[in-house]
Amino acid sequence: MKFAVIVFPGSNCDVDMYHAIKDELGEEVEYVWHDAKSLDEYDGILLPGGFSYGDYLRSGAIARFSNVMDEVKKAAAAGKPVLGVCNGFQILLEAGLLPGAMRRNENLKFICKTVNLKVANNETMFTNAYGKDEIIAIPVAHGEGNYYCDEQMLQQLVENNQILFQYEDNPNGSLQNIAGISNEAGNVLGMMPHPERAVSDILGSADGLKLFQSIVKQWREQNVVTS
Amino acid sequence: MSLLLEPNVEQIKEQKLYRDMGLTDEEFANVEQLLGRTPNYTETGLFSVMWSEHCSYKNSKPVLKKFPVTGEKVLQGPGEGAGIVDIGDNQAVVFKIESHNHPSAIEPYQGAATGVGGIIRDVFSMGARPIALLNSLRFGELTSPKVRHLFEEVVAGIAGYGNCVGIPTVGGEIQFEDSYEGNPLVNAMCVGLINHEDIQKGQAKGVGNTVMYVGAKTGRDGIHGATFASEELSDQSDEKRPAVQVGDPFMEKLLLEACLELIKCDALVGIQDMGAAGLTSSSAEMASKAGSGIEMNLDLVPQRETGMTPYEMMLSESQERMLIVVEKGREQEIVDIVERYGLEAVSVGHVTDDKRLRLTHKGEVVADVPVDALAEDAPVYHKPSAEPAYYREFQAQPAYAPTVDNHSDMLVKLLQQPTIANKEWVYNQYDYQVRTNTVVSPGSDAAVVRVRDTNKALAMTTDCNSRYLYLDPEVGGRIAVAEAARNLVCSGAQPLAITDCLNFGNPEKPEIFWQIEKATDGMSDACRQLSTPVIGGNVSLYNETKGEAIYPTPVIGMVGLIDDVKHITTQYAKQAEDLIYVIGEAKAEFAGTELQKVIESGKVFGQSPALDLSVEKARQDQLLQAIRQGTVQSAHDIAEGGFAVALAEKVMNGSGLGVEVTVNGDLTAELFSETQSRFIVTVAPQNQQAFESIVADAKLVGRVTENGELTIKHEGNAVVQQFVQDLTKAWKGAIPCLLK
Repeated sequence: MKFAVIVFPGSNCDVDMYHAIKDELGEEVEYVWHDAKSLDEYDGILLPGGFSYGDYLRSGAIARFSNVMDEVKKAAAAGKPVLGVCNGFQILLEAGLLPGAMRRNENLKFICKTVNLKVANNETMFTNAYGKDEIIAIPVAHGEGNYYCDEQMLQQLVENNQILFQYEDNPNGSLQNIAGISNEAGNVLGMMPHPERAVSDILGSADGLKLFQSIVKQWREQNVVTS
Repeated sequence: MSLLLEPNVEQIKEQKLYRDMGLTDEEFANVEQLLGRTPNYTETGLFSVMWSEHCSYKNSKPVLKKFPVTGEKVLQGPGEGAGIVDIGDNQAVVFKIESHNHPSAIEPYQGAATGVGGIIRDVFSMGARPIALLNSLRFGELTSPKVRHLFEEVVAGIAGYGNCVGIPTVGGEIQFEDSYEGNPLVNAMCVGLINHEDIQKGQAKGVGNTVMYVGAKTGRDGIHGATFASEELSDQSDEKRPAVQVGDPFMEKLLLEACLELIKCDALVGIQDMGAAGLTSSSAEMASKAGSGIEMNLDLVPQRETGMTPYEMMLSESQERMLIVVEKGREQEIVDIVERYGLEAVSVGHVTDDKRLRLTHKGEVVADVPVDALAEDAPVYHKPSAEPAYYREFQAQPAYAPTVDNHSDMLVKLLQQPTIANKEWVYNQYDYQVRTNTVVSPGSDAAVVRVRDTNKALAMTTDCNSRYLYLDPEVGGRIAVAEAARNLVCSGAQPLAITDCLNFGNPEKPEIFWQIEKATDGMSDACRQLSTPVIGGNVSLYNETKGEAIYPTPVIGMVGLIDDVKHITTQYAKQAEDLIYVIGEAKAEFAGTELQKVIESGKVFGQSPALDLSVEKARQDQLLQAIRQGTVQSAHDIAEGGFAVALAEKVMNGSGLGVEVTVNGDLTAELFSETQSRFIVTVAPQNQQAFESIVADAKLVGRVTENGELTIKHEGNAVVQQFVQDLTKAWKGAIPCLLK
């Protein structure tokens, strides 16, 4: 399986994502610049964390106009896995690929620490290697991770099982302890915690690796079926 | 602003306008002699910043000469953007610490942020990839609203900049003392990694080569920042707010990536950050180091504002700018590389052979001065030195003998002192994990960052207990270096070298200069004994408000090498039934301790704890050997608050473990004395013999338990028996509580 790590000006978790895929997951991965005109050759699209365009104006608000975002939308529509982590999640929200919006953390401060998440839905292409309600330790590092949407949307998220990860001890004030949501089709995931930072024991946790393994597992199964 | 408003040569001289820029009458006469004429306004500005203490080290040069600066692994000592030490496999570590005290005192967010930005540029201008940031902060007591504001904003500024650039802030230290009330210290350190062949020099070589400007445009911010950094703070200092620069970490990130790509391009001849004194220092220093000259057309300098004068452009300290020298004819290669990052590279001049800095503006020569006069010929002052009366008084005092009624309560009180209390409130605002190499996060003795694709890791720390330095700058200077080394050894590293940030008061006062002399004597001794040469650093003098100096604070930034990641050790107890050892005896040394400060309502006095460097070295070597042999589970040095605090720190990490120890002798000394060169170590029972054979004088005092209690027994009684959970709550709650 071949992954693309999208690099926006100001992305800074691109290296972490790249090494998680290459060194720990053992799959093919390439950096793809924000002005790329095609993502056709990639099977999975990863939008890393960081401060795209300095997060000026609003997190992700400028990055969504990058050339590559049309291609990301195309990949999402084609059913390819699209994962946005932290700033990547914020960009997916701004681009309308996921519903809702991000507010500043409730305490108005940047928060970096490892938190426990509950896998609220383990029947998706991103979570199939986890157990139902499994508790995993994944780091967060963000200033704007306080997820919000209106009540109607929240009801939809719940009914469609689009809430994939929830905080055990909510660090940022996020609605319903939401840490990660998918689109209705289930192939676009946005999450504030950084699974790519939890891929080997020397870093303190390897609980994030299963997320990437889930993607690969699903892709392999599908490719066997279709080929 | 029009050029016509600038004073002419006669006005500068007759009205002594140079004084406002920080030049003395003698210095101005000296400039006239070097030039053979009276300098114009722009030239006077060039000299005033280049001859400021911040750029020229004119007051500190004689003491800096004492430092050992060489060693077999040192690839670059003081003099370039940052020092470099070999770590094997064709790799090297690059690091430096720098102060941003004065800007942070009046504009704490931007002051701290741009301090971080500046030190990052110092490291990547050497060609290195920055891999970690650390800091060392000093504030007044958190009971003051002004101090709380400074504290919160400085932390936010460090976080705002470092997090955005994507370099993890992995460690640091903070001390709170009254003496920093009006003059906080903000020292930032950056550590980078480089392959030997990528090491760059800031040199303008090759006559005819092109001088190019890369990065942010020049604005009117930070004009005369270097001069401002070399004055005492006063009630009028708020008026200097325009001398504080404004940072743009997004621009820094782009500049960083662009520069690391530039160094791979062989058209690049030299590169230097435009730091203090901006375009002036970068151009003059690059030419002076290469024995060449530079001619620049200031009309070509990218400008953020209209109508900027040569004086303003040359003295601006706008951030995120680099000056580079490029092989003539290959400028387009540079333009193409930086354009990919959305940046401009503009040709602004060329290298000459006449050793002069010549500036033109609107078709006229506006400055023409010898580069060596700016960069090399600043006066050097041997300031008078006098032993302060307070020191004589302290030396004559009988040993301080505190009375503690309830040792258990005192332990809790000490854990709540802001200097000792948990600093999560601070470091949880820093992204300490980005780049996914951080193996030991903030909170343990030293931070540890692995070197990807190797088996190696780097341990790093900042340290300085300025209370000891105040009591006795020479002994305190030794202790500062020794304690930094202790932190590294405890994490399993061989200390390699140090960078230092010498924060002191006004050197024109003989008592302050005496502190500088003595402190640097002590540091030099310790650096020699512990084989950690000084590879670079920074001097920040005039740290005074309303005539009151800060405690002498020479902050040590130290980096060590861990050859094998399996030797990485933390301070935290690992397993129940492990044996607890103490290395080193406690003596009744209480002056300058946290205990004294608590009992004496914030005052410290008397004679600082003693330090025997040969004992220190022997113990560090033994402990490191024991760690490398795999016999040590955890190691922690005994520092502020003494044995009892260090013991609590071994279990206040949520592991649920407890400790039970027995002490003999004077209880207050055993628990709270800050006698130097001591460690607490835990050892698995099966390694008892192996450990004891390496560290012969380690004393077995107790064991790790699973009952979650901290118990200290003395003469058959449990003098301290507390739930670790309760201690943790007090320790973690102290700073958030003070900020509410």
